[in-house]
Amino acid sequence: MVGNGEGLKAADQRAVSTAQVTLTVDGREVSVPAGSTILDACREADADVPTLCYLRELNEIGSCRVCVVEVKGFDRLVASCNNLAVDGMEVLTNSPKVRMARRTNMELLLSQHDVACTTCVRSGNCSLQEVANDLGIVDFEYDTDLPPKRWPRDFPLIRNNQKCIKCMRCVQVCDKVQASHVWDITNRATHTLVDVAGGRDIHDVDCTLCGQCITHCPVGALRERDDVMTVYDALADPDVTTIVQIAPSVRTAWGDHWGLKGDEATVGRLVAALRPMGFDYIVNTDFSADLTIMEEGSELLRHLPKSQAGGYPMFTSCCPGWVRFVKSHYPELVDDVSTSKSPQQMFGAIVKSYYAEYLGLDPHKIFSLSIMPCVAKKAEYAYPTMRDACGDPDVDCVLTVREVERMLRADHVDVRALGEEPFDEPLGIGTGAGVIFGATGGVMEAALRTAHYLVTGKAPAADMFSDVRGLRGWKEATFDLAGTKLRVAVASGLANADALCKAVVAGEVSYDFVEVMACPGGCVGGGGQPIHDGEELAGARGKALYGLDRVSKYRNSYENPDIVRCYQEYLGEPLSERAEELLHTDQHGWLMPSEWIAAAEAAPQA
Amino acid sequence: MARMHVMERSEEQAIMDELHAAVGRRLAVSSLAPCPVEFTMAFVDMCSTQSCGKCTPCRVGLNTLRHRLSDVLRGRATMATLDGIERLARTIYLSSDCAIGYEAGAMALTAIQGFRDDFVHHVTYHACGFKQSEKVPCVSGCPAGVDIPGYISLVRAGRNTDAVRLIRKDNPLPMVCGLVCEHPCEMHCRRGMVDDPMNIRAIKRFACENMESDYRPVMAEPTGRRVAVVGGGPAGLSCAYYLAVMGHKVTILEARRQLGGMLRYGIPSYRLPREELDGEIQWILDCGIEARTQTEVGGDELQALRRDYDAVYLAIGAHGDRKLGLPGEDSEGVESAVAMLRAIGDGDTPDFTGQRVCVIGGGNVAMDVARSSVRCGASKVNIVYRRRVQDMTAQDEEIAGAGEEGCELLELNAPVRIEADEAGHVCGLVVQPQIIGSFKGGRPSPRPADTGERTIPCDRVIVAIGQAIQSKPFEEAGVGCNRGRIVTDTDGRVPGMDGVFCGGDCQSGPATVIRAINAGKVAAGNIDNYLGYDHKVGVPVDIPPVEFRDVGPCGRSETKFREANERRHDFCQIEHGLSREEALQEASRCLCCDHFGFGAFRGGRELQW
Repeated sequence: MVGNGEGLKAADQRAVSTAQVTLTVDGREVSVPAGSTILDACREADADVPTLCYLRELNEIGSCRVCVVEVKGFDRLVASCNNLAVDGMEVLTNSPKVRMARRTNMELLLSQHDVACTTCVRSGNCSLQEVANDLGIVDFEYDTDLPPKRWPRDFPLIRNNQKCIKCMRCVQVCDKVQASHVWDITNRATHTLVDVAGGRDIHDVDCTLCGQCITHCPVGALRERDDVMTVYDALADPDVTTIVQIAPSVRTAWGDHWGLKGDEATVGRLVAALRPMGFDYIVNTDFSADLTIMEEGSELLRHLPKSQAGGYPMFTSCCPGWVRFVKSHYPELVDDVSTSKSPQQMFGAIVKSYYAEYLGLDPHKIFSLSIMPCVAKKAEYAYPTMRDACGDPDVDCVLTVREVERMLRADHVDVRALGEEPFDEPLGIGTGAGVIFGATGGVMEAALRTAHYLVTGKAPAADMFSDVRGLRGWKEATFDLAGTKLRVAVASGLANADALCKAVVAGEVSYDFVEVMACPGGCVGGGGQPIHDGEELAGARGKALYGLDRVSKYRNSYENPDIVRCYQEYLGEPLSERAEELLHTDQHGWLMPSEWIAAAEAAPQA
Repeated sequence: MARMHVMERSEEQAIMDELHAAVGRRLAVSSLAPCPVEFTMAFVDMCSTQSCGKCTPCRVGLNTLRHRLSDVLRGRATMATLDGIERLARTIYLSSDCAIGYEAGAMALTAIQGFRDDFVHHVTYHACGFKQSEKVPCVSGCPAGVDIPGYISLVRAGRNTDAVRLIRKDNPLPMVCGLVCEHPCEMHCRRGMVDDPMNIRAIKRFACENMESDYRPVMAEPTGRRVAVVGGGPAGLSCAYYLAVMGHKVTILEARRQLGGMLRYGIPSYRLPREELDGEIQWILDCGIEARTQTEVGGDELQALRRDYDAVYLAIGAHGDRKLGLPGEDSEGVESAVAMLRAIGDGDTPDFTGQRVCVIGGGNVAMDVARSSVRCGASKVNIVYRRRVQDMTAQDEEIAGAGEEGCELLELNAPVRIEADEAGHVCGLVVQPQIIGSFKGGRPSPRPADTGERTIPCDRVIVAIGQAIQSKPFEEAGVGCNRGRIVTDTDGRVPGMDGVFCGGDCQSGPATVIRAINAGKVAAGNIDNYLGYDHKVGVPVDIPPVEFRDVGPCGRSETKFREANERRHDFCQIEHGLSREEALQEASRCLCCDHFGFGAFRGGRELQW
């Protein structure tokens, strides 16, 4: 940056960071750091001011006007979420004016909201419902006026504008955190709607399906396509064998609805919960995460001379949101994205080949389900390229953690009363390396552990690659791999990935291996995870995964006895012909909207 | 029972008047953002409130039209709906009994036809396709996109140097603009909804005059690339400054004796004192910019510059004059405004002592030459204009200033010929009185009145009817021109001439200082990219956080002027800036649209470009 004049006086900045302001909230004196909002001060004073649109640092726009408070000396009310607490201020959070305005604004929002709570996916976990109930709005005077409902039912992400309260959070998270710009205001003034930017069809824009808009929506305006009925149909068919895989990060969150703590919501308990539903085999995606590492790690060693000679690094491919992003925004990098399928798809291909053979099943009669923290997986399994085992789709259905939670609730499963049950063998064993796939940096660390073994023949020291852990959006590290300086980077959140790709393409940074996960913090912060409005739980959930890794019997993918057996009995070795056929894919084999639009524009006119 | 009543103003009527005034204020500041369809609907709705209810098209038609427009906004319309809407508006126009109806129909029709693409976009995509959006009204209204709320809050915080640094991110001539900018930003200021727009220009001037200390910009590493800027006016200076801070080596080639372009050769020093102009130009040159004055560039020289430099920016302005095309125009004592102001710019102030001067024209330049003529000693100055005073394009304050200084406005007088004495010297201007009449091209046009010609005796005629661009030599060298204007792509490139960019008056036609400054800024960014760089221009100034505060009505502080009788004798600065007390109060009137309103959502601030 140029043209700026000399830097700031440091004293000013110090003054901002250490000064305190003292004010009263409902008569109670409270002291907060200068720069705090009135809302911060209210919370500090235990005065609970309701909010709807507010999301700290992401959406401080004062749009819903539910958090308004009265400040003595001012006639008009003040939005507490985005106005500063000032020394000597006297704040009233429940004055007559506040009561009237807060309630009226809620009623106005409700007048444009489809209040059919009984059939809403967010009932019981909806900020609008909670605030309305808290305010005791049982009767309101405005007519309901809903915008038209238009959305394709087949798309993995569903928007229902009859529930949207125009808080703009989805716009913000898509713009600022995910650099994808799918959502925008599509009409103005009193007709303001939030919808696909420019009013386009969602099929025609490059939505990565990361699902962050869903997990940041305070109401039920955004959700995943509900595929539960497909699963019920499979379970009801006596000719079909149902096999379900469970992704690593699911074990950190599946019990949230019942308030299960980390050590209670074990994966063994989830297995125990699913079995009585009628699933024939319950297997562990950690296994195929290990398989991914074997393939991707080998691929990395093959790619290494290219990056060491100044070429682009190899990028991971396990996150379908990221793959959708890179295909849409950085076509020049797609050739350097690993061809290894994601663990879900590797598992699907193994289930309908090796596992079917092992169990003596007709692969065409297998219903292969996966439980994922992810919405993009619902797109991934349907790609035309994901039918390598028997010609049918390798995976038949994907459920998010939220849909599984709904299934358990539908069956009235008493999850607290359940014991632990093991996965089915032989695809039930996963290593610590497979478990940490669910957290940012985990794929990188898992791959480095195995790469170290493949290159040196020796087991890596425990946690020797832990530098790539943590929630920072763009991490870098360099490791010595038998004399080769291996430069790696890890990004989570697509805005970080965008910045990283931009730098790679511009030649500003050079790496050998780059891990990208679309969701901030990785799959633990996935768009298919249970929703806790206003909370970012990726950090805590990630810690849980690293805890499981630490106490795992096997911590390295190559040690997994099921993996060893699978290669011995079926695949041969990593990157073998059969492995290539089943476990790898052509990233150009299907097109994102911007790709087919570009192709259509380039095609000669008929 | 009394036979008749004296008309009294009821309380209700007073409130109604107040509401009408508020509508006027609102409309005055809100032209940038509304959805055309939504606005048309609101317009029709407002018109329908005036209907007396007697005739069908007005009573029923306007309301029906409103509902049809609502269908468009709610995504319920088809293309057939649009045809129906047009039919309805046309019927209201054609068949309403009085102006309440037929004017509403006519305006609705204008909107429906003029915004046809927007209507179609709504029908097709169920979304508004109107691209213009107003994040922060004043910033959207400023051609250069200066961070106005940012520098106003810095002035409030007593940090005037930081305010100037912030202005210079987008405009390297802050003092010039503090004195003479036409301030289109103020037209859109949301404060106008409360009372009156902010006096933004005066706050800018205050910041420049009250800097705590001077500073120098941070310069990028030298790139070794060389750019020639042809023309040292606001566009050229602005382009040169930004290219220089980006690390490029810039040479300005200026045809006249001094830099400044129209700032010096068009704007008299009583509006823009030379020491202020010189100071600001020197500050820019001190960035390591070389300036070669009295260096004319024509077609051949342009080819040489293309060889010797990595890029060339053409910003030659519009310094040619326009002729009346009337008999007697070549008489002695007839001259163009451009020539007169140019001479004054170089210090050759003419002596008009005791002379009677007729100025022809109604723009700002006409006011400038009329007021300068007063200062040159003229005994009488007439401004002769063929339309009415309210039709003049000059700013109201310029017209008023001229009047105060003794210039007489002779409106509705069309010059016919110039009469000369035996020596060939002008002795009178013959005019044909006009009557204003029907509309042509959206404004009322004059026609000769049924009275005869009359002669205004005078010793001097100054023609101020516009400027021409001296682009001929470039046109001959292959630069594409359209009616004198140099033609460029939207990024300022001259088609077919690799490395040549162009902007300012010579590209846009005669326009304002701030437009020229923006043209230079845009060119600098695009030339930087053309040279293979992507330097970002920004400021690390932290802008004070916005605090919620009382924004109740408070009058706007205006700048004041020296007494007309005193100032008309010299070319010294006529305007007094705001006092500190006034400036701080004025700054505190800012509604902070960077924080309150749409700015909080869509970003009230561009930190760099």
